Amino acid sequence: MRTARWRKILGWIGLYTLWIALTLFTVLPIYWMIVVSSRSRVQLFDAPTLLIRSFYIQNYTGPLSDPVFQRYLLNSLYVSVGNALVVTVLALFATYALSRWRLPSADNIFFWTITNRMAPPAAFLLPLFLLYTQVFRIGNWALFDTQIGLILLYCVFNLPFAIWLMKGIMDGIPIEIDEAAMVDGAGQWTVLWRVIVPLAAPGLAITFILSLIFAWNEYLFAATLTSVNARTITTGLAEFVTVTGTNWGQMAAVATISILPALIFLVFVQRYIVTGLTFGAVKE
Amino acid sequence: MRFNRLGWLLLSPSLIVLFIVGFLPFLYVIWVGFHDWNIFAATRGMTWTGANNYRRLVFDQDFLAALWRTLVFTFTVVTSELVLGFVLAQTLTRQFPGRAFFRTIYVLPLVVAPIAVGATWRLMVIPGFGPIPYFLERWFGIQYRIGTYAEHAWATAVLMDIWHWTPFVTLTLLAGLSAIPREPLEQALVDGANRWQVFRYLTIPMMMPVILTVVFIRIMDALRVVDEVYMLTNGGPGTATTLIGLHIFRVVFPKTDYGYGSAMSLLVLYVTIVLCWLLFVALSNVGKQKA
Repeated sequence: MRTARWRKILGWIGLYTLWIALTLFTVLPIYWMIVVSSRSRVQLFDAPTLLIRSFYIQNYTGPLSDPVFQRYLLNSLYVSVGNALVVTVLALFATYALSRWRLPSADNIFFWTITNRMAPPAAFLLPLFLLYTQVFRIGNWALFDTQIGLILLYCVFNLPFAIWLMKGIMDGIPIEIDEAAMVDGAGQWTVLWRVIVPLAAPGLAITFILSLIFAWNEYLFAATLTSVNARTITTGLAEFVTVTGTNWGQMAAVATISILPALIFLVFVQRYIVTGLTFGAVKE
Repeated sequence: MRFNRLGWLLLSPSLIVLFIVGFLPFLYVIWVGFHDWNIFAATRGMTWTGANNYRRLVFDQDFLAALWRTLVFTFTVVTSELVLGFVLAQTLTRQFPGRAFFRTIYVLPLVVAPIAVGATWRLMVIPGFGPIPYFLERWFGIQYRIGTYAEHAWATAVLMDIWHWTPFVTLTLLAGLSAIPREPLEQALVDGANRWQVFRYLTIPMMMPVILTVVFIRIMDALRVVDEVYMLTNGGPGTATTLIGLHIFRVVFPKTDYGYGSAMSLLVLYVTIVLCWLLFVALSNVGKQKA
C-alpha cells in the first residue's frame, strides 16, 4: 500500500516537473525577445540577465512613429482581415455544397483543393511573380504590389485549410435539420443563412481567426510579390536584419509588435483550438 | 431531389480562385521547366531545351546536397515531434490542476509568425548576449557559435522547429486521444493486459488516422521550411542549413535562373508527393495488420 502511494506521489511530481520545464522552455524565447526589446544598444552587451530593470521605450516609439512602418502595419491588417473574410465565406459556400449536394466526383474535388497546399511555396514564387507582373494587368495597373493581390494569393494556402476544417463541421450538422426547415417552406438560401450559419458559427469563427493568423504571419510571398505599397509587417521584420543588422533591440521590438495580434486572438480561440484541430480525421 | 446547379454555383468561387492562384502557376512551372530562361543571360527570352534542366539537376551536387539535408531535417524533426507530442498528449488526457493553464501557454509558439520565430531564436543564440551561448560557456565551457560551427547551426535549427511545432502535434494527438472510446482500453486492462500492450495494440491502431494526418501535415510543412531558417542563419555557415526551399529561392531570385528553378521546384514537389504516398501505404498496412 505504502509503495503504491509513494509511486503515485512521484508520478505527480514527475508530471509537474515535466510541465513546468516545458512551460519555461516554451516561454523563454518569447520572454527573451521582450527583454531584448527593453534594452538600449549599450545595455545589451552588459552581462546577460533575464530581468527587466528599465524599459528602453525608444525601441518601440522609433518604429511606431515611422510612416513606412505604420504603412506596413496597416497593410498587414487589411490583407489579413480581407483574406480571412474571403476565405471564410468561400469555404462556407464550398463545404455547404460539398456536404449537401451529390456532386459528381466531389471527393476528387475535395482532394484537389487540398493538394494546393502541398507545393513548396518557393515553387509558386516565380510563376506568380510573372503572372502578377505580366499577365494580370490592365494598362499600368497590375496585381503586383497590391493588397488585393496578396488577399487573393493567400487563398492558395488558407482556402484548402479552411475547406478541410469546415468540411468536418458541415458534415457534423445533420442533414435532417435543413430538410425539416425546407419542409416548413424555407428556401435554399434561407436554410444556409438562418440554419447552417448559426449552427456552424464556432467553426466559422475558428476558420476566420486561424486564416487571419496565417495571413498575418506569411512572409515569403509578401517579400517577393510586393515592393513598396503593399509590404507587410513580416517583410519589415526581415528588412531589419538585412539592412540595419545590428540594432537588435529595435528588431526585437518590431518582432514583439508583430506577434501581438496573434497572441490576442489566441486568448479567444484556445478553447476551440483542440476541437478544431481534428480535421474530421476522428469519427465518433 | 436537390438542384445541382446551385451546388456548383456555391462551389465555383472557391474553384476559380484556386485555379487562378494554384493551378495556373503550376501549369506555368511545368512549361517554364522545359526552357532555358535567365534574364541576365546573353539570350534574353525563353529557349526550349526539353528535359535538359532535369538532366542537369540529377548531377547538381548543390541541389542534391540541399535535398538530402532537407530530408534529414524533416526526418529528425518529425520523428522527435511525434514521439514528444505523443508522450505529452498522453499526460494531458489526465485531469490535473493547472492543465488548462499549461495547455494555453503551450499553444503560444503555434501563432508566432515563422519569420518572428527565426528572429526570437536568433536573439537566443547571438554570441555576446544570447543566453544559450552565455550559459553553455559559463557552465560547460562550450563555445556555442552558430555562425562558425555547422553542427551548432543545425542543432539550433532543429531545436527551433521542435519548439515551434511540437505543440501542434501534441494538440492534434490530444484531440484524437480524447475521441477514442475508453471502454476497450479499460476492458483490456481488466482482462490482464499490461499498459504497454494496451498502448501498442489498442491505442496506436485506433489513433492511426490521426497520426497519419499529423505526420502528413508535418512532413509537407517541414519540407518547405524557409522563413525561420532564413532569419536564423540565412542558410549558413556555408551551406550547412540551406534547406531546399531556401536553395530554390536563391536560384530563382538572386540568380534569376527561371527555367532551372522551375524544374527544381517540380522535382521537389514530386519528391513530396512520393514520400507522402509511400508513407501512406506503409502506415496503412501496419494499421491493417495490427487492427
